[in-house]
Amino acid sequence: MTIEEFGRRLRARDVTSERVTDECLRRIDAEQSRLNAFILVMADEARRQARALDRELAGGRDRGPLHGVPMSIKDLIDLRGTPTTAASRVRDGHVAGHDAAAIAHLRQAGVVILGKTNLHEFAFGTTNEDSAFGPARNPHDPARSPGGSSGGSAASVAARMALATIGTDTGGSIRIPAAACGIVGLKPTYGEVSTEGVIPLSRTFDHVGPLTQSVTDAFLVYHALLGDHIAAPPAPMPMTGVRLAVPRRYFCDLLDDEVRARFERALERLRSAGAHVDDIEIRHADLIPTVYMHVSLPDAAAYHASTLETMAEKYTPNVRLRLEMGRYLLAEDYVRALAGRELLRREVDAALAQHDALVLPTLPIPAPTIGATTVQVGRETLPVRSMMLRLTQPFNVTGHPAISIPAEPTSAGLPVGVQLVGGRMQTDALLRIAHACEPHISTGV
Amino acid sequence: MTSETWLKAALADADTRGLPALKPLLEGLAKLTEQLRAADFNDLARRGADGAEEAAKKR
Repeated sequence: MTIEEFGRRLRARDVTSERVTDECLRRIDAEQSRLNAFILVMADEARRQARALDRELAGGRDRGPLHGVPMSIKDLIDLRGTPTTAASRVRDGHVAGHDAAAIAHLRQAGVVILGKTNLHEFAFGTTNEDSAFGPARNPHDPARSPGGSSGGSAASVAARMALATIGTDTGGSIRIPAAACGIVGLKPTYGEVSTEGVIPLSRTFDHVGPLTQSVTDAFLVYHALLGDHIAAPPAPMPMTGVRLAVPRRYFCDLLDDEVRARFERALERLRSAGAHVDDIEIRHADLIPTVYMHVSLPDAAAYHASTLETMAEKYTPNVRLRLEMGRYLLAEDYVRALAGRELLRREVDAALAQHDALVLPTLPIPAPTIGATTVQVGRETLPVRSMMLRLTQPFNVTGHPAISIPAEPTSAGLPVGVQLVGGRMQTDALLRIAHACEPHISTGV
Repeated sequence: MTSETWLKAALADADTRGLPALKPLLEGLAKLTEQLRAADFNDLARRGADGAEEAAKKR
């Protein structure tokens, strides 16, 4: 059930928040041992919240589209009175004293909080394998990763344990798991949604945003995160005249054959529906990974410097090593990377000057098997981590809003995502385009 | 500091700290640093700095 459908049925008195919350909790009971999506389940508190919100609605107070909606929250985000574990033993004993700003907005919007979801430790990974609570698993194939770092969050929505969830995205951590699990994931424009009360990975690239079952739901949750609780869903718009740009070089160079075929089929359907689709080039795209690393690693190392000194053994080995890397980089290279970031931002701005959105795959590969460190793409054997980040991290570097929409699955039934990227500070415009494109991209899902 | 000098010092430090598993990651990072330093936008930045120096001399 989407948030949109829930809202209609709630107001028609066909369902109650308590009933749907109970159903989510039943799904959590049934699926938790298989998927390990949750770190903390707040069943009693969720039922109490749901009953209170049902009473409010019956009494005439309607908080808007998220009234009574049961959601999960990535365990990187402070929720007053509960531990924010970041899936790390480093955080043992922590209890949040306040709600994060994003959570405060969701509470005002009437969201029922079901619990906190599993993630890659400190959001520093793309597969969810390095977690003090064990890996979360992909609902489409539990032998595979749900993506990361918001892997438990995506699994919770894909397995119908929650109607929607909140994740964070520093290199793709909303869009990667959304694509891997077959749901929608939105990274808004950099700086739009407050990260106050969220454990940082890289303050230069961190974003907060929703993972949902539809673009309309993403719109509603995004607006609630901004403190706008009564936003009306985007009105339908025609595809005719929509101008899309495909950045071929770099972005389409390394794609799994089935991902490439699903992406090209989605483009054909968008063209048939009336969209104008051009190929374009982002000239310095090859530099994206090096710019990303030279900014994000020092950012992460700065936040973790004291705990790397005092409790290094509490980190999972892979995350500790990646954090240590950032302590070696030179300030002059950090400054060079900031210059590269500005250049890339201008190049994406220029590409969008003549187009409504960029369109590209979200993940170049289907969800990898848990434990895999390399993946075969054509004749090349490539690292899983760099492949997972390849198509999403560019827009953390540049700050442009980006959304992943599920496309046709592979022949093995694994989800594939198509990503749309809009102009900076134009997240609403991107959502309207995404809403128009969604039925053409998601055909066969 | 050249990237070769940087890498040599970083690898030695990783050994001293008992983190041999860090060494392949540092070697990969050194390649990315070389790519960053070779990027043409550094030429533009350098020309900007040289231009500023020239302008200062003229003043």
